[in-house]
Amino acid sequence: MYEGVVQDLIDELGRLPGVGPKGAQRIAFHLLAADPTDVRRLAEALVEVTVKVKFCKTCFNVSSEDHCRICRDPRRDPSVLCLVEEYKDVVAIERTREFRGRYHVLGGAISPIDGIGPEQLHIRELMVRLADGAVTEVILATDPNLEGEATATYLTRMLKPLGLRVTRLASGLPVGGDLEYADEVTLGRAFAGRRSADD
Amino acid sequence: MHVAHLSLHDFRSYPTLELPLEPGVTAFVGRNGQGKTNLVEAIDYLSRLASHRVASDAPLVRHGADQAVVRAAVVRDGRTATLEVEINPGKANRARVNRAQLPRAREIVGLVRTVVFAPDDLALVKGDPTDRRAFLDDLLVLRTPRLAGVRSDYDRILRQRNTLLKTAGAARRGSSSQEGALSTLEVWNSHLVTVGAELLAARLQLAHDLRPYVAKAYAAVARGAGRDDADLVYRSSFDTPEPADGRPTPTAAELTEPFLARLEERLKDELVRGHSLVGPHRDELLLSLASAETRLPVKGYASHGESWSYALALRLASYDLLRDDGDDPILVLDDVFAELDSGRRDQLAELVAGAEQVLVTAAVAEDVPKALAGARFRVADGEVRDDA
Repeated sequence: MYEGVVQDLIDELGRLPGVGPKGAQRIAFHLLAADPTDVRRLAEALVEVTVKVKFCKTCFNVSSEDHCRICRDPRRDPSVLCLVEEYKDVVAIERTREFRGRYHVLGGAISPIDGIGPEQLHIRELMVRLADGAVTEVILATDPNLEGEATATYLTRMLKPLGLRVTRLASGLPVGGDLEYADEVTLGRAFAGRRSADD
Repeated sequence: MHVAHLSLHDFRSYPTLELPLEPGVTAFVGRNGQGKTNLVEAIDYLSRLASHRVASDAPLVRHGADQAVVRAAVVRDGRTATLEVEINPGKANRARVNRAQLPRAREIVGLVRTVVFAPDDLALVKGDPTDRRAFLDDLLVLRTPRLAGVRSDYDRILRQRNTLLKTAGAARRGSSSQEGALSTLEVWNSHLVTVGAELLAARLQLAHDLRPYVAKAYAAVARGAGRDDADLVYRSSFDTPEPADGRPTPTAAELTEPFLARLEERLKDELVRGHSLVGPHRDELLLSLASAETRLPVKGYASHGESWSYALALRLASYDLLRDDGDDPILVLDDVFAELDSGRRDQLAELVAGAEQVLVTAAVAEDVPKALAGARFRVADGEVRDDA
C-alpha cells in the first residue's frame, strides 16, 4: 500500500478496462515522474470528456453538441438508416466511407441473461424517428452472433409492417481469405447467401 | 487410425512423457493413482477437446503448472500427422496440426476419433436422460464436427429463453409489466426452433442409424441374447411428423412447424415453471430389452449384468458405426474389465481384438483377458515402463 493520494490514483486506474493492479501501479509511477504540464493536460481531457461529451438526441451516437456531426450533415442521405449496437460500430462503418445515410445506435443487443430487453434499447426513439416517413430503408447492422441476430429478428418484425425496406448486412467469407480455412458456419452462411454472378 | 507416439507436458501427473505406441493392443497396468487413465484421457482429449472424467480443463494441468501440452503422432491410411493441443485453463486453448496453428482450437475435433469404455458408462443405462442425450450428442459431433457449433448455440439460446421466461413469470405474479418480456419471446422461439430442429433432426438420424448396431452388439455381448433383444427409440418432446419421400427420419425443415406449434401450446406452463419445456433438451433415448412376452425399459427393470451388457453394446455400436463411416477409431478400455464377470470380459475382448488400436488400462494384469495379448506397459509413480 502507498500513501493516500498515490494509492487512490492506483485504485482508480485499476478500475479501467484492461488494466490490472500491476499495470495501474506502472501508469501511476509514470504519471508521478512525468512533466506536470503533460499530466495536467491529461486530467483536463478527462474532465472535459465528462462535461462536453453528450449523446446525440437523435441517433445516440457520441457527440459534443445536442446533435452529432453525422445527423447535422445535410449531405447525408436522410432516407437510409443504419441500426448498430454501439457507437464503436458507427466508427467502424464510417471508416469504410461506403455508407452515406444516417445511423441509430441501439445501445446494445437483446439478451435476457444480461437483463437487456427492447425497453433497455433505444427502440422507442427509433419508432418516433421513423414516424415522419422520411426513412425508406433500414439496414440492420447488429453483430452476427446469437444476441445480435435475435435483435435483428425482433426489429425486422417491428419494422416490416411499416412498409419499409429492411435489409441485413451480409455475412460470409472475409476478403483476401482462403476458402479452405473458413469455418463451416461461415462457409455455410456464404453458401446460403450466395448471389448471381452477373449482378 | 492409431497413435504412434504420445508426448505429454504437465498433463495431469506427468511433468513430461515420451511414449512410443504400436497398432494392436497395448495394456497399461499399475496400481490405482499411478497415472494409467491419464494416458488414455490425453488421447481422448485430443479427439474431443473434452475429458471423459471432468467437465473443466483446470484439473488436466499438473498442479503448479500454467499450461499442459498433449501431442500425438497419428497414423491414418499410412500417413502421419502431428496433432497438438495446448491446454490453458481460463484462457483459449490452442491447437496445431503438423506445427501449423489452427484459427480455432475447436477445429482439431474429429481428426482423431476415440471410443472410450469407462466404468461410468453404466450411467448411460441407469443414469438420467441427460447422460443419454450427452452420449448421442458426443457421437454426433464425432461424426459431424460442424454440429458442435449447433449444440453450443442451442444451449445458449436455451439459457437466454429460460431467463426470459423467469422474468416474464415473475412479472405475471405482480410487479412490472409482462408485455415487455414477452414481446421478445417470439424472437427467441424462432431461434430456438431453427437451431433445435437442426439438432433434433441430426439426433433422430443418428438414433435410426445406431439402432441395428446396438441390437447386433447386444446380441454379441450378452450370451444367449437374441438378435432383436435390444432396441432403442428416440422420444421427442413433441410429435415428430412423418418424413416425406420415404426418408427414414424427418428433416430440420419438416420439424420446425410442429416444434413451434407445441411451444405455443405449452407457453402457459412454461411461464409458471420459468423453464423451456419443449425441445431436444427434454428428449429421451429409450432403451429397451425383450423379455418373455413384452419389451421392458432397461432402466429400472434390467439386472446389473444386463445393464452392463447394454452399456457395452452402446459403446460397441458407436465404434462399429464410426468404422462403417470409413474411419477405424481408437478404442480405449479404461478400467472396465474389473467391472465385468469373466463371460462378458471374454466376449468384449473377442469383439474388440480386431480394432486397429486398442488401449487398455487395468489395476492388475490378470484382469486383462488373454485374447487381448499385445504390448504391456507398467505404470508406477508417473513413469511408464515397457513390461516385455
